[in-house]
Amino acid sequence: MNFDDTPQEAAFRAEARAWIDANAPKEFEAELSKASLGRIRLQKQDIVEVAKAWQKKKAEAGWVCLNWPKEYGGRGASAVERVIWQQEEGIYFKLTSPFQIGEGMCGPTLMAFGSEADKRRYLPKIASGEEIWCQLFSEPAGGSDVAGLRTRAERDGDHWIINGQKIWTSGAHYADYGLLITRSDPTVPKHKGLTMFFIDMKSPAVEVRPIKQANGMQEFNEVFFTNLRIPDSQRLGAVGDGWNVSLTTLMNERMSIGARLATGFNEIFDFCCNLMIEDGLAIDDRATRSKLASWAVKNSGLKYTSMRTISALSRGERPGPENSIGKLVSGAMLQDIATYAMDLQGASGMLTDPETAEAAGQFQAMLLSSPSIRIAGGTDEILRNIIAERVLGLPGDIRVDKDVPFNKIPTKGR
Amino acid sequence: MNFDFSDDQKQLRDTARKFLAEKCPPKAVRGVIDGKSPYDRELWKGLAEMGFLGVAIPESYGGTGAGHLELCVIAEEMGRALAPVPFSSTVYLAAEALLLAGSEAQRQKWLPLIASGEAIGTLALFEGKGNPSAQSIKLAASNGVLDGVKKPVADGAIADFAIVAARTGSSGRETDISLFLVDMKAGGVEAKALGNIDPSHGQAEISFKKCRAEPLGSAGEGWSVISQVLDRAAVLLAFEQVGGADRALEMGRDYALDRIAFGRPIGSFQAIKHMLADMYVSATLARSNCYYGAWALSTNAGELPEAAAAARISATQAFQHCAKNNIQVHGGMGFTWEFDCHLYYRRANATALSLGSLSYWEDALIDRMRKRNAA
Repeated sequence: MNFDDTPQEAAFRAEARAWIDANAPKEFEAELSKASLGRIRLQKQDIVEVAKAWQKKKAEAGWVCLNWPKEYGGRGASAVERVIWQQEEGIYFKLTSPFQIGEGMCGPTLMAFGSEADKRRYLPKIASGEEIWCQLFSEPAGGSDVAGLRTRAERDGDHWIINGQKIWTSGAHYADYGLLITRSDPTVPKHKGLTMFFIDMKSPAVEVRPIKQANGMQEFNEVFFTNLRIPDSQRLGAVGDGWNVSLTTLMNERMSIGARLATGFNEIFDFCCNLMIEDGLAIDDRATRSKLASWAVKNSGLKYTSMRTISALSRGERPGPENSIGKLVSGAMLQDIATYAMDLQGASGMLTDPETAEAAGQFQAMLLSSPSIRIAGGTDEILRNIIAERVLGLPGDIRVDKDVPFNKIPTKGR
Repeated sequence: MNFDFSDDQKQLRDTARKFLAEKCPPKAVRGVIDGKSPYDRELWKGLAEMGFLGVAIPESYGGTGAGHLELCVIAEEMGRALAPVPFSSTVYLAAEALLLAGSEAQRQKWLPLIASGEAIGTLALFEGKGNPSAQSIKLAASNGVLDGVKKPVADGAIADFAIVAARTGSSGRETDISLFLVDMKAGGVEAKALGNIDPSHGQAEISFKKCRAEPLGSAGEGWSVISQVLDRAAVLLAFEQVGGADRALEMGRDYALDRIAFGRPIGSFQAIKHMLADMYVSATLARSNCYYGAWALSTNAGELPEAAAAARISATQAFQHCAKNNIQVHGGMGFTWEFDCHLYYRRANATALSLGSLSYWEDALIDRMRKRNAA
């Protein structure tokens, strides 16, 4: 049992570190290191422009999509090398957020189901950040129940006509292409009538509208399709096989191993070390210490769970299921931590102006953002189902709509 | 990076699991609970023959000298099987104290007896309610003669020797505390078994009346040794807790798959699935914290005090969580004497206290994290 790199890993790490040291956009270091949760904003420059510049520089030196094959713009590196790169990239990793859906979901789906010509055309530009992709899965009527989606695809000779609406699409407002799942046959049971496509987001038949979120920010979009016409060559997988294709996409979501999830623990620990309450520092208060200790062991538990996963990668093995707990634990923690940090502030915990609020208002922002972490990318409830079914082997839910033609499924509860 | 046990260590785990499945089925645990014997003597002998009692004792003292990672592996299996033997008191507390502070003669005498299963040892620390602290120790030692009462002492009624924390000064500092080694057959010692929530593992009161004892380690260094022993034992006991938590989770899962209600396996109801998923989350977090504790223990790293506290807290929470929800998944059957759920519930809640309570370790963790942050 050790934390040491193998000689090969150490050499790779040294090479990565030296390159980052010589090339990273250090002028943004301070701003990036302060951003602890959610999307980052820069004072003077557009974050996507800065991110694209960094991605391009990395791509020219072969430091993007590390585990993709070289012919598609990757490096042909091992899974553990990819993790080492992420560790070394450190705060600059935050600049990769516009590209993560392309690298982690759309790219791998194209790689599995796209034609050779499409792979050569699109993958290298995803890798280099020249073209940004988004993922068009969730709909107003299909969130956790993705297969309940209603966006229609109707065949028209060599083309398809798309009508409908997606929601919660991150990055749709700056994306060039999108991975789109549609209903091509409403007369068969819901999982059987789906078909996957990729589309040009700049088409006039695609309308992107930002969603104003509960926390007042606008990070996601609604996307509307009105008679969007796309060639059949942009279909991925067989007609009616969209559900299987989407499973490939979603499975790749789990490759985000090693990317540390924000828990809020370091923030609240620092806060409590410095906050004076009625009879001394918050960190000396018994009730506070007990809560901090419980969060501390969750925080360290997540850290060492991810190291166990990396160790399995390092040995060339498939990681076990333990990594599946990450978002479930960290999402709830963020919300609990924000609530408690504000409780410690008393009535002034209500205040939000960075200049006057405690801790520059970071816990108030955390509180208002945290519900989304427990929902996006699989709700807490869906994640518990996944653990129960795939890890513990418990039976799937009884699905009353499983064998019913999609157009016969009721759409209202009462 | 290889943050995992080696193949040899995993093989040792399989061997230990197989051995305990055969020699320590729930029936064996119930034998001790029903009062047939204060501990399972056959099992204890078997553990000695397997070399498990001396796995972290150097060969020069009769052990196998394998090391502490191997001991962690065995501890997990002991916890999984709820082994009703004085393993934790003898191996994690007494043997570790001897290794840390014993004289050459004391090690030569007692460590081989521990490894061969011929001597049961324990640490006599607590004096009534409260958590480990130098101030709580009132038992007086004067010129090597002990007077006072210790309780609860794990396995105190069956121990052959005890390491006793005693007050040898009155400065009000931790250096007032020294350790003594008492042969339980000596005059002036009386042990009385006490009822406790986990009868598979005995607790006792030991009275010392003008009892002659030999010092263990230097005078005034007792508290420093105890602190180190507690940290080391915290990691090892945390592995027992993780073993117990995993087993309780498996029992709940298996029952949820078998039991039919409302025409379907209860494991298909989300209320049950989510409860079991949360148990898996606790057990996984605890295991990962334990691995870090194992690394710190085996390398004697400076991080050990913080790692031990984290492992202890996480494993205590996980075992309590899994044991209690295992009963809930079982419903009424889980509350019968006949089903084994209560054995895990009892063990979980007893081990949660045996090295000091959860809040004691929470306090310790925060102190240690602050110290690191300040450094």
